[in-house]
Amino acid sequence: MESLATVAPIIEAHRLRPGALLPILHEIQDALGCIPPEAVPLIAQALNLSRAEVHGVISYYAHFRQEPPGRHVVRICCAEACQAVGGQALAEHARTRLAGSELTLEPVYCLGLCACGPSLQIDETTLHARVTPEKFDALIEALEAKP
Amino acid sequence: MKVETATIEVAAADSAPASLPLPRVAGSRPLRTTVFVPGDAAALALGADAVAVAIATEAARRGIDLRLVRNGSRGMVWLEPLVEVATAQGRIAYGPVAAADVPGLFAADFMAGGAHALCLGPTDEIPWLARQQRLACRRIGVVDPRSLADYVARGGGEGLRQARAMAPAAIVAAVSESGLRGRGGAAFPAGIKWQTVLATAAAQKYIVCNADEGDSGTFSDRMLMEGDPFQLFEGMAIAGLAVGATQGYIYVRSEYPHAIAALEAALEEAGDFLGSFKVEVRKGAGSYVCGEETALLESLEGRRGIVRAKPPLPAICGLFGQPTVINNVITFASVPDILAQGAAAYRDLGVGRSRGTLPFQLAGNIKHGGLVEVPFGLTLRQLLYDFGGGSRSGRPLRAVQVGGPLGAYLPTSQFDTVLDYEAFATIGGGLGHGGIVAFDDTVDMAQQARYAMKFCAVESCGKCTPCRIGSTRGVEVIDRIRAGQEEQIELLQDLCETMSQGSLCAMGSMTPIPVMSALRHFPGDFGDKHK
Repeated sequence: MESLATVAPIIEAHRLRPGALLPILHEIQDALGCIPPEAVPLIAQALNLSRAEVHGVISYYAHFRQEPPGRHVVRICCAEACQAVGGQALAEHARTRLAGSELTLEPVYCLGLCACGPSLQIDETTLHARVTPEKFDALIEALEAKP
Repeated sequence: MKVETATIEVAAADSAPASLPLPRVAGSRPLRTTVFVPGDAAALALGADAVAVAIATEAARRGIDLRLVRNGSRGMVWLEPLVEVATAQGRIAYGPVAAADVPGLFAADFMAGGAHALCLGPTDEIPWLARQQRLACRRIGVVDPRSLADYVARGGGEGLRQARAMAPAAIVAAVSESGLRGRGGAAFPAGIKWQTVLATAAAQKYIVCNADEGDSGTFSDRMLMEGDPFQLFEGMAIAGLAVGATQGYIYVRSEYPHAIAALEAALEEAGDFLGSFKVEVRKGAGSYVCGEETALLESLEGRRGIVRAKPPLPAICGLFGQPTVINNVITFASVPDILAQGAAAYRDLGVGRSRGTLPFQLAGNIKHGGLVEVPFGLTLRQLLYDFGGGSRSGRPLRAVQVGGPLGAYLPTSQFDTVLDYEAFATIGGGLGHGGIVAFDDTVDMAQQARYAMKFCAVESCGKCTPCRIGSTRGVEVIDRIRAGQEEQIELLQDLCETMSQGSLCAMGSMTPIPVMSALRHFPGDFGDKHK
C-alpha cells in the first residue's frame, strides 16, 4: 500500500531513539495527514510493543488522528482568555458556518495568543487574532476558494 | 507561516548594542539600517508577516538597502505588529503597524526615526516597558533569536562560563541561595530539586524542560522560546553541569509550532556553545495533563500521558527511570543571570519567600495585555489597571482568574492582594505560571465554573476516579444548579472536596479551586436571584 511505503522509512529512521513512539507518530501524521490503521502493526513490531499499546497512545492524544482531516483544519481556541472576549460566540458561529463543509473544525485549548483573542490556527501554520465572526467568514471564504 | 525570504535579507547578527551608533558612510544614513518586525506568534497572528513583506517590497521599490530582523515580541501585544528601527538615538518604535501603513512610514522617513502618527518614540522609554524589571525576559524582542552572536553580544553565555569554573555543588548552592522557585506553577524550590538529583548516583541523568504551557492566559514560555531560545539552552546546560547530566529534552506542546521552529533553528545555530550538553526538542500531542511533570515524562518515553504516583520523585527516578531535573522554561531561563550576576542580586528582589521576578501575562478582556516581568510584590490591581489599563471592552472588570484553568476566580474586592505565592495561598488561590485572565461584567460565573469541570473532564488522564468521574458529575451538577436546583450546591461542595482530597495530581485536586471560588464570590450567578 502506498502509505506503508511512506511509513516504513519513518519508523526505521526513529526506532532506536529513546521514546521513539511520539516522534514516529508525528512524522507519519505530518506526511499522510493521519496515522492509517495499517501503520499500527508496523510501528508495534518495530518498537516491540503490542498493537493495543500503539493504538492506546494514538487515541489518547487529541493531536493524533486516524482518519484524514478535511482539506484544511481550523482550530478555534475555546479556553478562558478567549472566552473573555467572545470566543464562545465565535466558536458557535464557526460551527454553524462550517456545518457540512469540507474543512475540519476543532477546538483547541489555548494557542498562547491570550492577549489578542479570540484566536484561531489554520493547518498548524497560520494564526489569526481578534477574530470576529465577519473576519472568520472572510478567512473561510478564502480557504474554500483555495484548492 | 514563514515569510517569503527571497526579497528579504535577514540579518545574521545584530551584534552592536542598539544604543551605540551604527557605522556611517559619508553622508547622513547608517550604512544599512536595521528594521525589526517581530516573528513572534502573536505578532504573526496580527499580521506581522504582511508588514515584513510590505517593508521589504517598499524598500526595494525605493532602492533602499535594509536589514530586516525578525525579532521576538516586546510583549506589548496591543501594539503588535510593533516595528522598530535602529537609529543613532536608539531603537524607535512604531505600532500597531498594518501593511497598508508601510508606504506612509517610508514617506515619513521612519528609517531615521521620522515623526508619524504610529511613532511611539524610543522603545525602551515606553512607560509600560520602562516600569518593568525584566530579567528572564530582558532579551525577548531585543535580540535576533536566530543569532548566537547577538545573544552573546548582549551578555548571553556568561552564566554558563561561570558555571564551568564551579563545582557542581557550588552551582546548586547558588540556585538555592537565589531563592528561585519553579515557575511552572508549583513554585517548588529549584535548588532542592537540583540537590536531590545531584545527590542521587546514576550513570545517566537527564535535564527536562517542561514547555507544555497549556494554561489559558499564559504565553511567557512561548515568547521566550520564540524570542530568546539560547537563554533556555544555557539554563539547561548549567543544570546539566550542576547535576551531572549531558542530555536535555525540551517537551513543547504541539499547539506551539512556531516555538518549536524557533528552538530547532536556534539549535542548529548553537554549534558548540553548549559544549558536550545535548538538547533535543520533543513535540507534545495536545494533552493538557502532560504539563504535569510525571505525565510529561510518560509522554516523553512514548506512552499515554498518564500521571505517575509519587514517590518516587522524578529527581530520583524520572525519565527512563533515571534521576531527572524537570523545570519550566522560565525557571531554566532565570538561571544564567543568577550565575552571572550572583544569587544575591536575584534574591534581593521580591517579597517574603517569593524571590526574584515573575513574568506575568495579562490576558483576556484587558486593554493593554502582554508580558509584564516585575519583582513579586505588586498588587493585582496595579497589574490590572496601571499596566493593563482596565478592560478591553470598556466595561468594568468583574472577575479575574489567576494561575490558569486551575486557578481561583477573584472578585474586585480581592484585587489588592499582593502578588506573591504565599499571599495567594492565603486567599485560596495560586499564582501558578503567572497568567492573569480578566473578565468584564458580562461574564456568567456559573458558566465559568461549568467550563472548569468540563475542561477537567476533557483533559483528565483517567487514572484516578475523583478526577475522571468527578469532573463529569461536576458538569451535570452545575447544569442542575443553573436550571434552578439550588439544593444541589451542597452536592457540588461535597464533590469538590472529594476531588481536591482524593485526586492523584493537580488536575483533579485543583479543578475545585475555580469552581468553588466562583461559587463563593459570585453566588448570585448560581441561583435564580441573578437571572
